[in-house]
Amino acid sequence: MLDLILFAIPALFVLAGALIVIFAKNPVHNSMGLVLTLASLAVVYITLNATFVAMVQMLVYAGAVMTLFLFVIMMIGVDKAEQTKEEIKGQTFLVLGTLILLGSLLTYVVINSGFKWDLWFPAVEYSIEGTPNLIASTLFTGWVFPFEVISILLIVAATAAIALAYDTKTVRKDDDD
Amino acid sequence: MSIDIIISLVKAFLILGLLLTNTLLLIWLERKVVAGMQARVGPDRAGPFGILQTLADAIKLLLKEQIMPLKADRAMYILAPILALVPSFLIFMIIPLGPDIDLEINGQNIRVPLVGADLNVGVLFFLALSSLAVYSVVLAGWSSGSKYPLLGGVRASAQMISYEAAMGLSLVPVILYSGSMSMTEIVKSQEGHLSSPIPFLDAIVSFIPKWNIFPQFVAFAIFFVASIAEVNRAPFDLVEAEQELVGGFHTEYSGFRFAMFFLAEYINMFNMCAITATFFLGGWLGPTFSNFLPPLISGLMPAFWLGIKTFGLLFIYVWIRATLPRLRYDQLMELGWKRMIPISLIWLLLSSVVLGIRQFGLPWS
Repeated sequence: MLDLILFAIPALFVLAGALIVIFAKNPVHNSMGLVLTLASLAVVYITLNATFVAMVQMLVYAGAVMTLFLFVIMMIGVDKAEQTKEEIKGQTFLVLGTLILLGSLLTYVVINSGFKWDLWFPAVEYSIEGTPNLIASTLFTGWVFPFEVISILLIVAATAAIALAYDTKTVRKDDDD
Repeated sequence: MSIDIIISLVKAFLILGLLLTNTLLLIWLERKVVAGMQARVGPDRAGPFGILQTLADAIKLLLKEQIMPLKADRAMYILAPILALVPSFLIFMIIPLGPDIDLEINGQNIRVPLVGADLNVGVLFFLALSSLAVYSVVLAGWSSGSKYPLLGGVRASAQMISYEAAMGLSLVPVILYSGSMSMTEIVKSQEGHLSSPIPFLDAIVSFIPKWNIFPQFVAFAIFFVASIAEVNRAPFDLVEAEQELVGGFHTEYSGFRFAMFFLAEYINMFNMCAITATFFLGGWLGPTFSNFLPPLISGLMPAFWLGIKTFGLLFIYVWIRATLPRLRYDQLMELGWKRMIPISLIWLLLSSVVLGIRQFGLPWS
């Protein structure tokens, strides 16, 4: 019962945050809704005894990524009224159709896989001691190649972004110092 | 109610009271020290040596009218000071104030750890919460609906992201040296004295306590500078630069909401110093004199040592504030990205190599 309560409260916040992201008119409110979702997800991770994942979630997503989002939103300026006009013709119908298609697909999979609705919480002694150790030993033994490939991919992406944005012709010399 | 819950509640209230009273003392101390360094008298009217001045200020702020700017974004304007205060209280929960103590309650022997919550990812918890503190400044700046606070908020987000990176990187070698991310374990790993495989050096260094500051002096320097930038104090107080931005992000705040920002700033400062002491200066370690002091007092000695170290660091914070002029914005960014992050990366590499050699021997032997 206590498990259920501990799951339900953060889960409600996750959903509330997600709804704010979709429905709020102001970009800053949207991004704060996303922060709420991410932070509440971290709480859900803690109830699942994955403290390390929870902290990384807070640090990387709620901390760094969302701060950058907010920074960019403020730099561009949020005073402009949001565009509510439909860009694509028949947007609503397309979205509804996709929604129905996705929903039926999901239902089909759920019915056929014998899915049982059940909340599962790992026992406390299962992983409380070494989530960092557990993740590190898995990551750096079995998955070290994909891990390194992903890190190279990220560096390539970052370098490419800088190369695209940094036009050497337009940068004046006195910008350097 | 089980005894564990009661103990946790008592701890939470004790920490709350400690942080609040401590802030009163801290603000008075800072004003007095800065006044002394600038050849002024400082507060001296309320109470002996003016020690009640902060209390008077707090009452004044509580009684003042709270003004909501016309163009303010209501929800975010109210949320921002709360977001400032909550992480600052939470961070103190992971700082160990002493070794576990044995209490006898109702004939039961209970072991009480003198820490709010001993997380096995304590270091990450600290970094995560201090990264959340950015939101309060950014939101306060934006939601005020005014130019100067917005500039302060944008500056804050850039500054705090930049120095967070250096701060996190400078903590990695400490984690490697201690072999744990739990604050309690980090303190325990600093027990004893330094040792060296070379006999001649060993004779010299064996008197020095095994605090992380000695093997990790570069990491300490980076962490210390980054922590000053992280709590937005001079010389990194561009966020609230009076001369250019009126008051920065809190220009439009008044009354109790302003007091909350003020309180959060000083609690953050105290937290940072306590965490620096825990990471680098051995935390609560120190002689307890259990032979000739009564057990109650010698049991409190660890907390006393932590307090001494913390206030020593706080004095340096105030000293820096009274001495150094503010950095320019481009200097701030250059220091963060071009100096501190590369140095901390190189230092991380060096200390990993040293640790690897210690553990596995030289690669050719």
